[in-house]
Amino acid sequence: MLLRHTRKEIGERKAVSINPAKTCQPIGAMYAALGIHGCLPHSHGSQGCCAYHRSALTRHYKEPISAATSSFTEGASVFGGQANLLQGINNIFSVYEPDVIAVHTTCLSETIGDDLPQIRKKAQTEGKIPEGKYVIGASTPSYVGSHVTGFSNMVKSMIEFSEKTGRKNGKINIIPGWVEPCDMEEIKRMAKLTGVETIMFPDTSGVLNAPMTGEYKMFPDGGTTIAELKSTGDSTGTLALGEWCSADAARVLDKKCKVPCRVLDMPFGLKATDRFVDAMRTIAGVSVSDELAVERGQLVDMITDMHQYFYKKKVAIAGDPDQVIAMVEFLVSIDMCPVHVVTGTPGKKFEKRIKEITKDKGFEVNVKARGDLFLLHQWIQNEPVDLLICNTYGKYIARDEDIPFLRWGFPILDRQGHQYFPTVGYKGGLRLLEKILGLLLDRKDRDDPEESFELVL
Amino acid sequence: MVTATKKKMVQWDPADVKAELIKKYPPKVARKRAKQIMINEALENETPEITANVRTTPGIITMRGCTYAGCKGVIMGPTRDIVNLVHGPIGCSFYAWLTRRNQTDAGPDGDNFINYCFSTDMQEQDIIFGGEKKLAAAVQEIYDLMHPKSIAIFATCPVGLIGDDIHTVAKNMKDKLGDCNVYAFSCEGYKGVSQSAGHHIANNQVFRHIVGENDTPTEGEFKINLLGEYNIGGDGFEIDRIFKKCGITNIATFSGNSTYDQFATAHQADLNAVMCHRSINYVADMLETKFGIPWIKVNFIGANATAKSLRKIAAYFEDQALIDRVEAVIKEEMPEVETAVADIRSRTEGKTAMLFVGGSRAHHYQELFKEVGMKIISAGYEFAHRDDYEGRQVLPNLKVDADSRNIEEIEVEADATRFKPRKTPVQLVALEDAGVKFKHYDGLAPDMEEGTLIIDDLNQYEAEKLVEIMKPDIFCAGIKEKFSIMKLGVPMKQLHSYDSGGPYAGFQGAINFYHEIDRLTSSKVWTYLKAPWQESPELTAAYVWE
Ligand code: SF4
Ligand code: SF4
Repeated sequence: MLLRHTRKEIGERKAVSINPAKTCQPIGAMYAALGIHGCLPHSHGSQGCCAYHRSALTRHYKEPISAATSSFTEGASVFGGQANLLQGINNIFSVYEPDVIAVHTTCLSETIGDDLPQIRKKAQTEGKIPEGKYVIGASTPSYVGSHVTGFSNMVKSMIEFSEKTGRKNGKINIIPGWVEPCDMEEIKRMAKLTGVETIMFPDTSGVLNAPMTGEYKMFPDGGTTIAELKSTGDSTGTLALGEWCSADAARVLDKKCKVPCRVLDMPFGLKATDRFVDAMRTIAGVSVSDELAVERGQLVDMITDMHQYFYKKKVAIAGDPDQVIAMVEFLVSIDMCPVHVVTGTPGKKFEKRIKEITKDKGFEVNVKARGDLFLLHQWIQNEPVDLLICNTYGKYIARDEDIPFLRWGFPILDRQGHQYFPTVGYKGGLRLLEKILGLLLDRKDRDDPEESFELVL
Repeated sequence: MVTATKKKMVQWDPADVKAELIKKYPPKVARKRAKQIMINEALENETPEITANVRTTPGIITMRGCTYAGCKGVIMGPTRDIVNLVHGPIGCSFYAWLTRRNQTDAGPDGDNFINYCFSTDMQEQDIIFGGEKKLAAAVQEIYDLMHPKSIAIFATCPVGLIGDDIHTVAKNMKDKLGDCNVYAFSCEGYKGVSQSAGHHIANNQVFRHIVGENDTPTEGEFKINLLGEYNIGGDGFEIDRIFKKCGITNIATFSGNSTYDQFATAHQADLNAVMCHRSINYVADMLETKFGIPWIKVNFIGANATAKSLRKIAAYFEDQALIDRVEAVIKEEMPEVETAVADIRSRTEGKTAMLFVGGSRAHHYQELFKEVGMKIISAGYEFAHRDDYEGRQVLPNLKVDADSRNIEEIEVEADATRFKPRKTPVQLVALEDAGVKFKHYDGLAPDMEEGTLIIDDLNQYEAEKLVEIMKPDIFCAGIKEKFSIMKLGVPMKQLHSYDSGGPYAGFQGAINFYHEIDRLTSSKVWTYLKAPWQESPELTAAYVWE
């Protein structure tokens, strides 16, 4: 037993968090910043945070994650980090030559109260920011929200680039939220099939799933360009995918440049993808291509073909709010029963949404925002499930309780593929179902007595 | 890899390489880095001087981590029956959760908290109003849930700033709980310039709060402690297997797969064997001063190094039966090692490696590469001090700067009742003469060839340049460096946390490592980087079949 000290009896815990289902803001800000072309994320604090965030992202994406740090020591912590950041900006532009430095704070610089906008102004007046280069910043204290909040905050900062020239560009902005690089690619492909011209930001496709060529590019070819970010102010509208990850930025852009926005769920599974495609279609005034309709039909086909294996299966799930909401809806739509649902990110709205989605579906749901995997495990011990959906850390629970386990979300440290094979959209839905089915049927094949072990399923 | 071999034949001058590495830096940065890049002159008498253990320049993409990482991640992380509670916002605790591949074996008592992550997950109101109450409540909740023997509390950056008195909280909780030892570590990330400060803070507290707590006599002959071994990928298990075979009793490993009681009884050992000099040399010193246990430097990375270290330990105990048993074990283990070397060496002979890890590993691992005929053309540490490069004789000359002064040095005296010199001065001198050197470490530089580059606190930019210019056959560092090096078409091996492999210590570990090096340096995958149409892009005609 790996988690041998976890027991069924659930006591109230007010102070200790055990096996968290979230991490801290800056890592989200760092991931988002990597979705700008030519951008070097910069962590304003002591170098340990930056090392941890780079390591975690590296382990998940299996790609180089370049990010600089202000390398605070005791002095900076007492007297403020302005000198470190100014020096850092100067060194970064001379040595690495990025187009943009995206600074985010850490607990340390937040607690001492460093003022990013003021430091940036100083860098500007002191000539430390070369002509045509940019420094943007986001405040990302980790004692508020989670990694998801940090992602959202950095995306919000990107709106600073947007300009309203008065000449419409006829495009739709899409803010995809914290999804994999391949998911961003898939969302772009669906938009293209719908016949919609888009600006996607951030866009880590081509950055964090770059090819192996024998050349190392610190700034790979992908990412949203500054020109595109500027142009977002002239777009027809913005689709923000995910309330937690993307909505804030869309609203800020609306306020700043009068670009109307709609906040949708992340397009995981059938219904959320339907709503996404339908929204693109109506905003752009186009009709959906047959190709997408075929893909949709294929997904529905697989659901109908294999429904008997999904029906009434109990699922436990942990992950980030936007993803989990869409996933729970998907599971419910194929008659699975997500009975235990946890996110680490705070937000009462999450619990409300999950309760709405699962209402009157014939099972009771345990749901918690600001929960942790220790609690999820206890719930599972009290009411066992047929499938666990979680990031890599779920593998300890899965092994102890002997539950089929779908790795999904962030971080995935021990498997490959998540950066290449999308799970959004209809195609992604097919992949999710294929994986779930594989897990359930492998389990059946292993557990069935010999007399009922069958070739055809 | 025809092309790579050809390129390697081009000779480079180390001074040119050095100049190239720092060319692009602003003058101030270049001046500083120049002092941290040393062209080795080890074959001459004088050891050249290197600057180490100084701050990393802001904006430079460093390989280093922080004090907290050294304290919780490296030293305390691998202990299995101590609950490690991180006081701070969630991230710090999350990132140190199982990411160092420390293996554990729960043992008969069944206590193993290593798979858990505990945090007070501080929220804004805790930062504003202070987090002491929450911390005390967290300790209580853990105790109620799991009844551990011991709870260790770690401070992260904001905790130091808001001034939470974690030590008082720990003491109060210890008194309140009665049967649970609670203590705290002021290991905020901004203290010191690297992980190294965290090792020091961790060790001080372990020494102060645990070592010597249990006087119940431990069983076994030839009692030692193994210091500075963290059981990454099961290294400690392999070393323990060998000790057991030799009849050597390992009372405590600091700190791989360790338990509270191992630390608590460590003062009963008769010898301390130090693996990672950087992370723990001061514990060895303190154990000697307080309890009279001498220490020697050992290295179990490399088959020959392992044999040498075992012989040193046996020689120390001056017991013929032990000496014979050690020889028998070496004789039994070596043939398999030699067969593996013979097979692999034909493919690895003459190949080159670069190592940039830790504060001892970039030295220890050179043994393994040399055993298969490879050359080390550049190496350095992420968080070493000068003595790790140049040897302990420089210790008296080390300047104490403001950053080092932040890290507490604890004053230790001989224990009134338990101090017992294990050897007489005469015996010690005789052993020294016989080659068992005490309190001795020569550092990395003397073991590297003349003209090789020794680089402290290497960063991403320099790593990439170094690889481009010198084209090593393999590069060793950590996870952050892994993929940018591989994108350059050079195999990369992690040596902090070993990718998926290990153990690499001891005899079996050496064999594992040879195979791994063979796999990495002989792999065909590096020939796939260019597609056939990129190799010969000329177009002849459209749709020609023959
Ligand atoms: S929680 Fe705060 S101090 Fe810890 S790693 Fe995250 S930003 Fe750094
Ligand atoms: S040298 Fe290696 S074992 Fe020693 S502290 Fe560093 S990473 Fe750990």
